[in-house]
Amino acid sequence: MPDKKQDLIDQKLQDLNNDGVDRRGFLKCMAWAGTGLVWTMSGGIPVSRAFAKTADRSAGKGGDFSFVQISDSHIGFNKPANPDVTATLQTAINKINAMSHKPDFIIHTGDLSQLSKPGEFDTLDQVLKGASARQIYFVPGEHDMLSDNGEQYLQRYGKGTKGTGWYSFDQKGVHFVGLVNVANLKAGGMGSLGHEQLEWLEDDLKGRSASTPIVLFAHIPLWTIYPEWGWGTDDSEQALSYVKRFGSVTVLNGHIHQIMQKIEGKVSFHTAMSTAFPQPAPGTAPSAGPMKVPADQLQQVLGITDVNYVVSGRSLAIVDSPLGA
Amino acid sequence: MKGKNVWVASFAAVVMIAIVLLLAGSSSVTANDQSSAATSEVKIDNFSFGPQTLTVPVGATVTWTNRDDIPHTSVSTDGVFKSKVMDTNETFSYTFAKAGTYPYYCSIHPKMTGQVVVK
Repeated sequence: MPDKKQDLIDQKLQDLNNDGVDRRGFLKCMAWAGTGLVWTMSGGIPVSRAFAKTADRSAGKGGDFSFVQISDSHIGFNKPANPDVTATLQTAINKINAMSHKPDFIIHTGDLSQLSKPGEFDTLDQVLKGASARQIYFVPGEHDMLSDNGEQYLQRYGKGTKGTGWYSFDQKGVHFVGLVNVANLKAGGMGSLGHEQLEWLEDDLKGRSASTPIVLFAHIPLWTIYPEWGWGTDDSEQALSYVKRFGSVTVLNGHIHQIMQKIEGKVSFHTAMSTAFPQPAPGTAPSAGPMKVPADQLQQVLGITDVNYVVSGRSLAIVDSPLGA
Repeated sequence: MKGKNVWVASFAAVVMIAIVLLLAGSSSVTANDQSSAATSEVKIDNFSFGPQTLTVPVGATVTWTNRDDIPHTSVSTDGVFKSKVMDTNETFSYTFAKAGTYPYYCSIHPKMTGQVVVK
């Protein structure tokens, strides 16, 4: 039953999505609460939750689960924007371990390292070992495939994956797909999935029920945020055409070191904060390079993303929390 | 008939392998070893190559310097040359022995493009 507040939220969403798409099945919920942004998607049913309520929800009911997305650890980075990225990753892991509801797994959306060096990956592994969630799913960022076409990444984090590291898995009825859009990039272009991966994706989704909630995750955003800085994926439209028939699609990305989101039809796009350093909002700086903020503010612009799945209504709720919260 | 490729980097083993690969891949472009050849600079600042178009005489050595806090590469679009990853303040040099236009880009941030025109 829509109330005035909900109408306002709807209006905001329509402003955000002035693209003439059918809004019948729209994801309608978006609410700012404290430092966390909460949005809940549900097949056509608007559900609004305050941060505290969402964070409070226990995954006690059968089939419900939660996971945490972390991104852009850039282990090895040591410039003024954050001289100790290992420490801030550790803070992120501590925050995850302290959560009242224990996440079932962690997704890392790439740029694990700064320069693809073995020592950087070793340090990352050491910190991640301390996570209470044992299972961690990865996709590579461009920084993880710098000098060896991603061979080392594949050996360490991509065993059993296809191509340059793409794969899918199922968790309690939700279908997760990890995609690689940082390999074989073309001059003048943005992120790229490539023909082989797109074919695999089409095949992977074929035959799945339209009521299966889908989560796509990849490093570079699968929607065009700012082409001037390469913040998008050249062939993402084709990938998204394969998920159009599904009732609930969530797209999780990193790369831009800040929270951005868009809702288009039944597809919700979301980018996560980095655990290493912030980057400027699109077009607000000469380039997308690391942004230096006063040291006491750094933990407000780094963070983690908590995703809760609730079986009733097949909804996913996403909460971003800065490390310093 | 060897390309003169000078790497300024700290990883000797990687550098050696890279040079071998580079030489193997650039047989169509030869360079001379004359120390009198012109030297030109491309600076990488704010995710862009400057100047974006650099014109040099045949035989010139071009040196790219990364002045960003983020690593970059300089990779010939036509496969003529390919730097290793340049971290902050690292450089890559390539000597152009033949006239022509050599477009290149950063393989990590492909929106970054430039060209060297050799006359």
